[in-house]
Amino acid sequence: MNTGYHQNVILEVKNLHSKVGDKEILKGVNLSIEKGEIRSIIGVNGTGKTTLAAIIMGLEGYNPSNGGIFFEGKDITNISLTERAKRGITLAWQSPARFEGITVREYLSIGASKNDVENFLKFVGLAPNLYLNRVVDEKLSGGERKRIELASVFSIRPKVVILDEPDSGIDMASIHAIINVIRKFKKMGTATLLITHNEEMAKIGDKVSLLCDGKVLKEGETEEVIKFFKQNCKICNHIGQIDEELLK
Amino acid sequence: MNIDYSKEFEYLVKTYEKTGDDASPLMDSKYDSLVINQDRVLAKNETEGIKIETKKIKDGVSLKVYIKEGIVKPLPVHLCFGMLPREGKQVIKSEFFVGKKSKVKFISHCSFPNAKHIIHIMDSKVHIEDGAEMEYTETHYHSKEGGVETYPKLRGRIENGGRLKEEFKLVVGRVGLLKIDYEVEQLKKSICELDTKVYGKENDRIEIREALLLNGEYASGLAKSRVVLKDKSYGNVLGEVQGNAPYTRGHTDCQEIVYGENAVAYSTPNISVKNSLAKITHEASIGRIDKKEMETLMARGLNEEEAVDLIVKGILK
Repeated sequence: MNTGYHQNVILEVKNLHSKVGDKEILKGVNLSIEKGEIRSIIGVNGTGKTTLAAIIMGLEGYNPSNGGIFFEGKDITNISLTERAKRGITLAWQSPARFEGITVREYLSIGASKNDVENFLKFVGLAPNLYLNRVVDEKLSGGERKRIELASVFSIRPKVVILDEPDSGIDMASIHAIINVIRKFKKMGTATLLITHNEEMAKIGDKVSLLCDGKVLKEGETEEVIKFFKQNCKICNHIGQIDEELLK
Repeated sequence: MNIDYSKEFEYLVKTYEKTGDDASPLMDSKYDSLVINQDRVLAKNETEGIKIETKKIKDGVSLKVYIKEGIVKPLPVHLCFGMLPREGKQVIKSEFFVGKKSKVKFISHCSFPNAKHIIHIMDSKVHIEDGAEMEYTETHYHSKEGGVETYPKLRGRIENGGRLKEEFKLVVGRVGLLKIDYEVEQLKKSICELDTKVYGKENDRIEIREALLLNGEYASGLAKSRVVLKDKSYGNVLGEVQGNAPYTRGHTDCQEIVYGENAVAYSTPNISVKNSLAKITHEASIGRIDKKEMETLMARGLNEEEAVDLIVKGILK
């Protein structure tokens, strides 16, 4: 099958539909992400951003009702979560899981050599001697946990990383550290799908896709799309098109 | 007649290391240690302040361990019990006497690496005198066949101001049949913590009874258990705490995690108070492995089995 694959494109989402019960959450999403690109996916709450992330990652209970996902030109729509991760896609959750009894050292050793764990922490700006023996549980602050999650993402050297609301619920210092990490991912050639409803965060994207009512409403240059988002989306009924009545 | 037991010793040491622990203290004269295979004492080392008496009994060994009054052991005492044959029975009848204001830690390993059908009976009595402290960690390593029947029994008495911390861990290999029966009587201002961690697989059967009798004023205790049940395994935990004297504080905490269609878990807290100034509490939960934890690990490339094992390892650490 000719997928129209361009060799710089690493991830493609084609006409993706998804339902929860009778309700259609995604209504034909199309995306094309290039290697090393930072793509911000912006949209107000409830537009399908997290569902999109879950379907791309292959999480349980999130299946497309139509359309497909292509990674390095190959259809991955029906392969398992683990297999997607092994091929180079991973996800950092909005609220990362907490693990009873598992130390940071053990957590970061999952996909890599134990000898490298110090470097993973340094990559996200955390001092190894302060964190390696701590447990990845609720005693870590939100910012610390998110940075450790990014260290874990880095440890498997992904080709595509999906970051779901990486800036939510954390302090400013951690936000700066996370932005720094996203830029480092870019330098490594890792593409980032940055899911956010915060236009300031979205600005670090090379391009922005605006999601509304389960569809990509607008896509393009960062400043242009964010300006459109600020002007139109916050007073809109989010019906997948501009609500001209409200703008009058 | 001198018989060379060095090969048995070596083999037991190797299985000891499979639990992830360091076996070198068994060969280091700085450490007190005792190594028993089946009904034979393979090695024994005593340093100042401790006396270990052993006697051969039917199918096993009877041992008495005395810690002298006021002795604080800076290094743990290492005990290694096991059976290398595939079939048989081992009885360890032990009695620990911890003298006034002494302090000691035991690290015990029980290894049955080849078991097809082995019965292992651990019948222990512990006497902790006034102000003395004893810590006992027991780690089991069983074969993958599930052919071990383990019966750990403890009857303990902690005198005024004494402390006992007992940890039982069976997370490597198959459990087989495990019936734990612990009961500790606590006198004034004593503290006790019983902590059991078991990982059941296939058709393993786990029955745990942890009982604390808080009979002295201000005695406090915690009976805690963490059990993970996979496949068709069965777990039944009974946590008993009695507040029988003023100002006693006790808690029983049982958490069981069921992973698999056919695993069965029961948990029964049994608490009672016979004094209006006592306070006894309990918590018990039976749940599944957290989906987000699983998916996080799978998003880093682990398969389902590997993800479960890592989560369980953390819970049972």
